[in-house]
Amino acid sequence: MTARKRTTIVAALGLVVGMTASMLLLRHIDQIRPRATIADALYISSPKIIRRASLGFDGLMACIYWTRTVQYFGHRHFLRSGSYNELAPLLEITTALDPHMIPAYQFGASFLAPRPPNGAGEPVRAIELMKYGIEHNPDNWRLYYDLGFVYYTELKDYKRAGEVFEEGSKVPDAHPFLKILAAQMAEHGADYSTARMLWTATYESSHESNIRQNALEHLRAIRVDEDVTMLQAAIERFRQNNGRLPTSLWEVAAAEHLRGIPLDPDGNPYELSLDGQVLVAKPDDFPFITKGLPPDYKPAPPKFHSPS
Amino acid sequence: MNARIGHIASNTFREAVRDRVLYNLIAFALLLSGAAILVGQISIDIERLVVVDLGLTAVSLFGIVIAIFIGIGLVSKEIEKRTLYTVLSRPVRRWEFIVGKFLGLAGTLVVNTFFMAIGVFGALLYVTHKFSAADASILIALYFIILEFLIVCALALLFSSFSTPLLSAIFAFSLFVIGSFAEDLRGFAAMTHGFTRWIATAAAYLVPNFSVLNVISAAAHEQHLSAQLILQNTFYALFYTAMALCGAVLIFERRNLK
Repeated sequence: MTARKRTTIVAALGLVVGMTASMLLLRHIDQIRPRATIADALYISSPKIIRRASLGFDGLMACIYWTRTVQYFGHRHFLRSGSYNELAPLLEITTALDPHMIPAYQFGASFLAPRPPNGAGEPVRAIELMKYGIEHNPDNWRLYYDLGFVYYTELKDYKRAGEVFEEGSKVPDAHPFLKILAAQMAEHGADYSTARMLWTATYESSHESNIRQNALEHLRAIRVDEDVTMLQAAIERFRQNNGRLPTSLWEVAAAEHLRGIPLDPDGNPYELSLDGQVLVAKPDDFPFITKGLPPDYKPAPPKFHSPS
Repeated sequence: MNARIGHIASNTFREAVRDRVLYNLIAFALLLSGAAILVGQISIDIERLVVVDLGLTAVSLFGIVIAIFIGIGLVSKEIEKRTLYTVLSRPVRRWEFIVGKFLGLAGTLVVNTFFMAIGVFGALLYVTHKFSAADASILIALYFIILEFLIVCALALLFSSFSTPLLSAIFAFSLFVIGSFAEDLRGFAAMTHGFTRWIATAAAYLVPNFSVLNVISAAAHEQHLSAQLILQNTFYALFYTAMALCGAVLIFERRNLK
């Protein structure tokens, strides 16, 4: 074997061994290092400084920050963390770098507004974000819809939601349902039918699968809440008529002349507790229900169902 | 005259290719295809935005780097290798040498941009599955990037005509950075008074205004770019390039090459 061949073999082996050893060592080091708090570190929090540092390539920087925002929210959401401290600043930077990045407003509001652990629990900041988006994109009717949504779902401010839907309906090419929603808010803001209309509109108008799935889960939750409300009212009527609580939902069904016990959207019958409360059989299957939950219920990570 | 300039330009192009400049296309292709495939999995709803922003930014930055690092050596390398004396001993005027070098480098960058544009549109087709009329704004953005390259090439050549390669690189890069902040400079000038205002305003208009040529965001958002903007930017870039080349010629004509 020539000297050159020997050198080649030794160098190639050295390269492979060195690479493998360094990668394995790095994995080991990552395991023994304390978890860094990099996830919560916003090294530069000023949009102006970042804009200047980007040397005019604001769009790309905005994409990077948006991706970072999505990763940040997804990671915290997966961990069921209650805190999203950097979410609002990240969104502020993203939209300052690119005021026309519509997904940042739409998804950003849905990350900011809901209560933890589903969101950051900051509906007021979500509203500020949406207003900033509308100011820079006045011809985008979707932003008005999303703003009205936040007023409706998180602040229960049906009047303001109706006003925003009305403003949005005036945008050229706005979807006709904005006008209908505006009218519906005025009289029936708190009704389940309005909520169903809102989520159905969201489901039908979006092409994004995550949004459609989310809307579907809300529609299922509305159905459950309606059923539980109806059953509770029936139980109360039974109690007033008979002076006692029913022993089972069959008694209620018989008194109300129903064909059978109402079933939840998954086909499971509702349950009756000893103190006359209607309970959902598998509350973990309905992430957004507000009624029929057992006392001291702690929600599991949400499971999303595919649209059927 | 045109033949001499043409020969110098084509030799400059050949040298750049021999310097493996076009290998940067491999890095670019890898970057863009990786981004196109990956972005949908780590972000939401911005696939097209990322491909256009990243693609055009990479075209611009790669090109600026090539323009500066090759441009600064165009004259100094020839002096160092003593080939400049051979060239000038032929009936080649000094200004023809400068213009030929400029055209050669500009041609290299145009070819580079052409292949990169194919990569950008390829990645765009992958994420969007079809082209739309609005994608024409990407072509305009690419055209403006080429105009940027013309200015940077001319500036690199200007500095190369009298300075060392290191200093030329620093000057050219600094001017690129300052030119990106040209709008801020004008805003600063508007806030000052008296003599400072005059100086600041003059500086703001003298530095190359790269921000007007940067329409990457507009292209990414499928915004309409007016014909008036295209025309005026073209004239601005051509006049500025001519100014810098004239400066290079003036200096080089008087430079003592001994």
